[in-house]
Amino acid sequence: MSHRSDVIFCYDGSFAGLLCCVFRCYEIKVSPAGIITSDTEQLMLGEYEYINTDDTKAQRVQTGIENKLGRRALDRIRRVFLSCDEQKDLIAARYIILGFRYGKAVSGMLADDTVNAFFSLERAVGNEAHLYLGFVRFSEQNGIMTSVIEPKNSVVPIIAGHFIRRFGGMPFIIFDKTHKTAVISSGKEAEIIFIDDLHTDPPDSNELRYRSLWRTFYDTIGIKERYNPRCRMTHCPKRFWSHMTEFTGDTDTNAALTDENTDTRRIENKSPEMS
Amino acid sequence: MDIEDKLRILSDSAKYDAACTSSGKTHSSADGIGCCERSGICHSFSADGRCITLLKVLLSNCCIYSCSYCVNRAGNDIPRACFTPRELADLTMNFYRRNYIEGLFLSSAVMKDPDYTCEQMIECLSILRNEYRFRGYIHAKAIPGADSTLTARLGLLADRMSVNIELPSQKSLEKLAPDKTKQSILLPMSQISNRIQENSTELVKYRHAPKFAPAGQSTQMIIGASPDTDFQIIRLSEALYKKYSLKRVFFSAYVPVGDQRILPKAGTPVPLLREHRLYQADWLLRFYGFSANELLDEKHQSFDPMYDPKCCWALAHPEIFPLEINRADYELLLRVPGIGVKSAYRIITARRRTNLDFSDLKKLGVVLKRAQYFITCKGRLEEGLKITERGMRRQLMSENVAKALDIGNDPEQLSFFDEPSEQKLLPEKEDYVKCLTGQM
Repeated sequence: MSHRSDVIFCYDGSFAGLLCCVFRCYEIKVSPAGIITSDTEQLMLGEYEYINTDDTKAQRVQTGIENKLGRRALDRIRRVFLSCDEQKDLIAARYIILGFRYGKAVSGMLADDTVNAFFSLERAVGNEAHLYLGFVRFSEQNGIMTSVIEPKNSVVPIIAGHFIRRFGGMPFIIFDKTHKTAVISSGKEAEIIFIDDLHTDPPDSNELRYRSLWRTFYDTIGIKERYNPRCRMTHCPKRFWSHMTEFTGDTDTNAALTDENTDTRRIENKSPEMS
Repeated sequence: MDIEDKLRILSDSAKYDAACTSSGKTHSSADGIGCCERSGICHSFSADGRCITLLKVLLSNCCIYSCSYCVNRAGNDIPRACFTPRELADLTMNFYRRNYIEGLFLSSAVMKDPDYTCEQMIECLSILRNEYRFRGYIHAKAIPGADSTLTARLGLLADRMSVNIELPSQKSLEKLAPDKTKQSILLPMSQISNRIQENSTELVKYRHAPKFAPAGQSTQMIIGASPDTDFQIIRLSEALYKKYSLKRVFFSAYVPVGDQRILPKAGTPVPLLREHRLYQADWLLRFYGFSANELLDEKHQSFDPMYDPKCCWALAHPEIFPLEINRADYELLLRVPGIGVKSAYRIITARRRTNLDFSDLKKLGVVLKRAQYFITCKGRLEEGLKITERGMRRQLMSENVAKALDIGNDPEQLSFFDEPSEQKLLPEKEDYVKCLTGQM
């Protein structure tokens, strides 16, 4: 495929749209210099081509990926698609093109720059999703377990399955504020939808009681003589703190606390026996 | 006493138990609430940096024993409390539904006698499993001295079981925990281990046989409460892994809460670096194919505070280096400082396609700062690499240790390294002590 360095594809931001970009690469036999979504500013110099999303073309590319690279590769490409990195579309498309050329062997070509970048993005998305499996915090609202998160990458499609299994038939909602996505489960069925905002009622007394109990446990379980806030920060960066009740305290605000604040709250809540 | 006070007292009493994983088993909630993830999930991190994944509490901290190292020993002046089985089951379910925890870690002080304690624990877990249909993770401590049928019933309700060895030698045990004999600890360990083995044969014959402790068994040792050396500890760990097929051995640096007449006094620094070295050695045993005798021996009974055990081994065996990246076996690649399990796997995958050079290794995640002294790519060492003893040793040291010893990046500044000797570095004795006690 000849490489024309001035063509930039512009598409609607959907996964099917990305596959159509790949289709276009083969139609006109070029590898683009960039792929952006239609709501991104056009900052690069070059020729912009808008790619329409056509389901038939997308399906052809998808079948091609499944046949040549396997189902697992398709899942990996979906993951990279969920990444927040600016270059994710271009990297994913280049990986698919390499895959069509080399087949399954492409996943072993770890020294190649495209493959390396692709797997780095996949790891980043997967790592954040895994962290969220633990850091999501639910509140009971009228019998439905509700949660709000603000991830860098769009992790809801990845973590949805885990929580559906975990809740075993109980209704729940997880709302991703950054990407305006949510998974809503009635207990019997679940779906992933786009919503602008989620209105949450203030917590009732039962909910507040369990939050307070959790904070008590959290404050007590740390061993004073091993106090190590840097280690804590490495494992649980501050950007997660705003939606985790052990760090926010009694307020429901999004203000993330500093280490000093958290420790002050900790000291104030200490019982006389602890001092 | 309200539940908040009970929770505070009983989690304060449980916090010195290091076991905190929720890994080892995958389970879906086909007929209940909850599931288990094979890799385990960390739900939070406490102020000391340790992972919080389970609700770690004692059922009761009113103990009839007086093990000197334990904060709950009879006669120690602390507030005492006791959950009812239902209170604890309710608390666990409510925390679990809010995704605060992956499950329950249940231990207990010995109330009345070991059998009674075990029965109370079984009641709590039965409520969780049978009444609330809880399918999340449960880690239960076996009570030394309890009847074997009770321990067996506990194993059918829990995912992981453990018995804490606590002290690495019989002598220390006799001195510091006279109520617990070596037999009373090793017997339940072997019972659990045998039962797990029988269970795996049962499951082959009958797929729906009830599972006994499917996530295996673990144990814990306290570091720094007794004079046992690193060599004795790591050799014991290796033997435990082999004999009882344990999943994990945990090490817990001694925090001076014990009886100060025979144990280190309050204010003694917690031996964090020593604990860290032991965990590094434990990882080498389990994932890197090392044996305890390769890491330490009769003449070298303690880990070096300056370098991690893998580095020490590499420096002591210059005859096998440098390794050629494009040809060396996987087992040998694992022994290079700077190459971990993942990097080694990526190297052998990538080199099937193309010959690798140093820039490729960097992409694969190899820590070249350390590995460069031990490997060649396509027959050559890294370009521009100057091998001097002092430079190499500086690069192999961790940043924290180097900073604490005030060693700059430029090897020329060092005054320590003027005479490279068998003893490697010759820092002041105080620096050694600082390293060992975690001030570095």
